[in-house]
Amino acid sequence: MTARVVITGIGIAAPNGFGVEDYWAATRVGKSAIGRITRFDPTQYPARLAGEIRGFDARDHLPGRLIPQTDRMTQLALVATDSAFEDAGVKPGDIPEYDMGVVTASTAGGFEFGQNELQALWSKGSQHVSAYQSFAWFYAVNSGQISIRNGMRGHSAVVVSDQAGGLDAIAQARRQIRKGSKLICSGGVDASICPWGWVAQLANGRVSTSENTERAYLPFDADASGYVPGEGGALLILEDAEAARQRGAENVYGEIAGYGSTFDPRPGSGREPGLRRAIELALADADAEPSDIGVVFADAAGTPELDRVEAEALIEVFGAAGVPVTAPKTMTGRLYSGAAPVDVVTAVLAMREGLIPPTVNVSLSPEYDIDLVTAQPRTARVRNALVVARGYGGFNSAMVVRGTDR
Amino acid sequence: MSQPEFTVEDLKRILVEGAGADEGVDLDSDILDTDFESLGYESLALLETAGRIEREFGITLDDEVFIDNPTPRELVAAVNAKLPGSLAA
Repeated sequence: MTARVVITGIGIAAPNGFGVEDYWAATRVGKSAIGRITRFDPTQYPARLAGEIRGFDARDHLPGRLIPQTDRMTQLALVATDSAFEDAGVKPGDIPEYDMGVVTASTAGGFEFGQNELQALWSKGSQHVSAYQSFAWFYAVNSGQISIRNGMRGHSAVVVSDQAGGLDAIAQARRQIRKGSKLICSGGVDASICPWGWVAQLANGRVSTSENTERAYLPFDADASGYVPGEGGALLILEDAEAARQRGAENVYGEIAGYGSTFDPRPGSGREPGLRRAIELALADADAEPSDIGVVFADAAGTPELDRVEAEALIEVFGAAGVPVTAPKTMTGRLYSGAAPVDVVTAVLAMREGLIPPTVNVSLSPEYDIDLVTAQPRTARVRNALVVARGYGGFNSAMVVRGTDR
Repeated sequence: MSQPEFTVEDLKRILVEGAGADEGVDLDSDILDTDFESLGYESLALLETAGRIEREFGITLDDEVFIDNPTPRELVAAVNAKLPGSLAA
């Protein structure tokens, strides 16, 4: 018997909404947050648009002792985690500390913190580097700080597989719950819109250099020219369904029903990309047929070659225009490790309301025979959603999220 | 010629700049004989604090300075003993 794992709490920090209510109110109607970068002057860089979280001041939310030792991404993650716990109705102490764990995904680590310390190093010398640089920058820091702040001493880990990592972390959390953990906080938050982080992102050659906020990130559009980066993500409280029932959990948003991950073959091998297989593995794991899936949240890379790979995988699994497909991340930009957890949140909210949010600004290219939900949200009764996420370098992950009967 | 002096006000400022302050602790109350751990500062915070004192006052502190001097009163005395012009320097 494998335990069912359910989402009982959500904390979200997205460019178009902070908290579940704000985020869903914006997303369901297609409100975009993509704009010119304000966190630094982007004039000298080839790409100048991003999905920024505006008006966030960590000092409004976190203790003074935490501020000097945390990067922005950790501050966002800690605040999102606080919201998720509050939403789940769980307080530290309600559950034994060794029965609670943390698994987050990370793509970049604390780049802005690292940038400041490196600048201090080369301009003033090693004496001026913060002792907190020893951990504030590194990939596992969100898991560590969430664990410390909330007294969670069970399994703790980080996965680093770019955007696919957001699903890989949730899948690892599910495995830990099936091994006996009662509660795992999982998801991902990335935030590296600082000059050093920006240059690193530009290096993959996939970032859009358009300056038109409505034409910069156009997955599955004939004018696709890359993606717009964003910052933020989501943290989820995951629990054994039975344990959640026993403690009287009030919010059961949905179940993590299936997961699959694959790695692409070596470039130039001529073999098929791994994405289709990841989707099929996730469906099989969920004991679901393609016809059971009511909506797909696409990875939506926004470059023609990657869009084609994704469209072909979806057509092979679901048939031509066989399932509604959407990419609400067109409103936020791509959030790296935060992207897929946000899509999982959007999936359960969409199932709850019976409304598929739109892929904003996109006109579907005739090259792709998929049923992309563009311009307007679409009403639909959905019982299972598929979330797809890929990472730079060949990672593919897919997750089936099942809604709950209400 | 006036001698440079390290005061408890310097210490409080450097603690807050480098490591922040715990909301449950009032650094402006009488903290001179309260140990740093009770004030909310663990070893890494004290490492950061020592580094900031060293570079601001141009001195070198022993690695064990906070172990040997676990309260603000003791630390202020220990730092002052290192300053130029001090009899102990």
